[in-house]
Amino acid sequence: MKQLNEGLSVNIKTDRPVTFVARRNFLKSAGMTTIAGAIFLAGCDKDDDPVMAGDNVDLGMGDIGILNYAYALEQLEADFYIRVVDTIFSGATQKEKDMLMAIRDHEIVHREYLRNALGANAIGQLEFNFSAVDFTNRASVLGTARTFEDTGVSAYNGAGTLLKEAANLLMAGKIVSVEARHAAAIRSMLQANSTHFAGDDIINANGLDLSKKPSEVLPAVQSFIKNKLTGSSLPQS
Amino acid sequence: MNLYHIISELEKVDEDVHERLNYISRRSVFNTIGKKVSALAIPTLVATSLNKAYAATPVAMDVLNFALTLEYLDSEYFTKGINTANLIPGSDRPVFTQVAKHENEHVAFIKATLGNKAIPKPTFDFTGKGLFPDVFTNYKTFAMVGHAFEDHGVRAYKGQAGNLMAAEDKPILEAALRIHSVEARHTAGIRYLINIRNLVEETEPWITLNEGTPAGIYTGEDNTMQGGVETSGLAGRSKERASEAFDEPLSREAVLANASRFIAT
Repeated sequence: MKQLNEGLSVNIKTDRPVTFVARRNFLKSAGMTTIAGAIFLAGCDKDDDPVMAGDNVDLGMGDIGILNYAYALEQLEADFYIRVVDTIFSGATQKEKDMLMAIRDHEIVHREYLRNALGANAIGQLEFNFSAVDFTNRASVLGTARTFEDTGVSAYNGAGTLLKEAANLLMAGKIVSVEARHAAAIRSMLQANSTHFAGDDIINANGLDLSKKPSEVLPAVQSFIKNKLTGSSLPQS
Repeated sequence: MNLYHIISELEKVDEDVHERLNYISRRSVFNTIGKKVSALAIPTLVATSLNKAYAATPVAMDVLNFALTLEYLDSEYFTKGINTANLIPGSDRPVFTQVAKHENEHVAFIKATLGNKAIPKPTFDFTGKGLFPDVFTNYKTFAMVGHAFEDHGVRAYKGQAGNLMAAEDKPILEAALRIHSVEARHTAGIRYLINIRNLVEETEPWITLNEGTPAGIYTGEDNTMQGGVETSGLAGRSKERASEAFDEPLSREAVLANASRFIAT
């Protein structure tokens, strides 16, 4: 397969980044199977390449697709918290600053871990749009953080049954509980000494947290991402 | 015990739930529940139906009983805490009341799924056989042991996820994951209170290295090698941050060894 990648990557070498979708179509027309296409696509994309803003990004299929889905969400969170800490909102206490810096670092570690774990299969670096967020405003920042963390928890919870490899399920489990810790911390900052850290707005009457499929999560985060994320090849069940 | 919530949850993870339940003639069963059968009979009736309907594997049933042991412990601990006078400061009560509520719901949910296979509740000794003698008289001890129980639950569920990957166990895996993240929210909510009150120095909503008491609950939490990737030092982040970024699983044997300290013999 390595041999094949090297051979083909020469054939489609371009001086401009092309979209994943375009590459896939090329492969289909070249008579490749979809699976071979996906492996090849990932193989020939340099993982440090920033994808062009507005480019379509296909997350891929199988466990790799789910891990890329997680990688996209972790990129979003890391980028967000880097900006939060760089422009800390007025009125933040020292404890809040410390926690937000820790959360930023956790998200960076998640992002870097997934990028390394995916290796040649990783999607490129996404570009974000936080124009809806007022980074000087406490309510805007913490409200957005709450949305991202709750969304992250629901995404990992919903993706668990889509994974085939036990090792990948375990890794998702190791990350999701930290996202849940973040969610509770952010919610505690928003409403201290209340039930909000695990509020009735998210936890149902059986004591179960949110769980959402990629088809629900991707549209919810798309407005923050300049690239169009496509999860149409992700496992459905 | 809320039958309709459980059915409604199952619908979310399994759109065919009613079809699966067809063989027990949903209509007649549910009418009967409404009219004649005593409330006590409902959990067993539903659970038996669900077990058959999902054909969950014996391994999954076993995992659920393992989880039930911990949920019994959490449920009794926090319920006792919120019912103990002069223990929890008034301002912090909403947090512990919410935790107790969820733990009671977890017990009810898992018992309903297990039906007559559910193990009975053990008798607990929350002093940990004398390790925490003031657990219900000293708020600091209560909060510390409480968040340790929640951290423990997070590790226990995580360690069992891989045993719930059979196709027929998917509804159980999804429910387990959804409980797992609630336990993580719980510990973070309690840890946040500990942090704000400076009850225990340097306690944050996440676990740094293997810091925590009892030590057995935090063994191995300082791992930073993840799936063949050394995360300490990634993008210049410290080992402490890398350890916090991932929660570690705990084996069933280790969990039971930790729990046995709190089960009266």
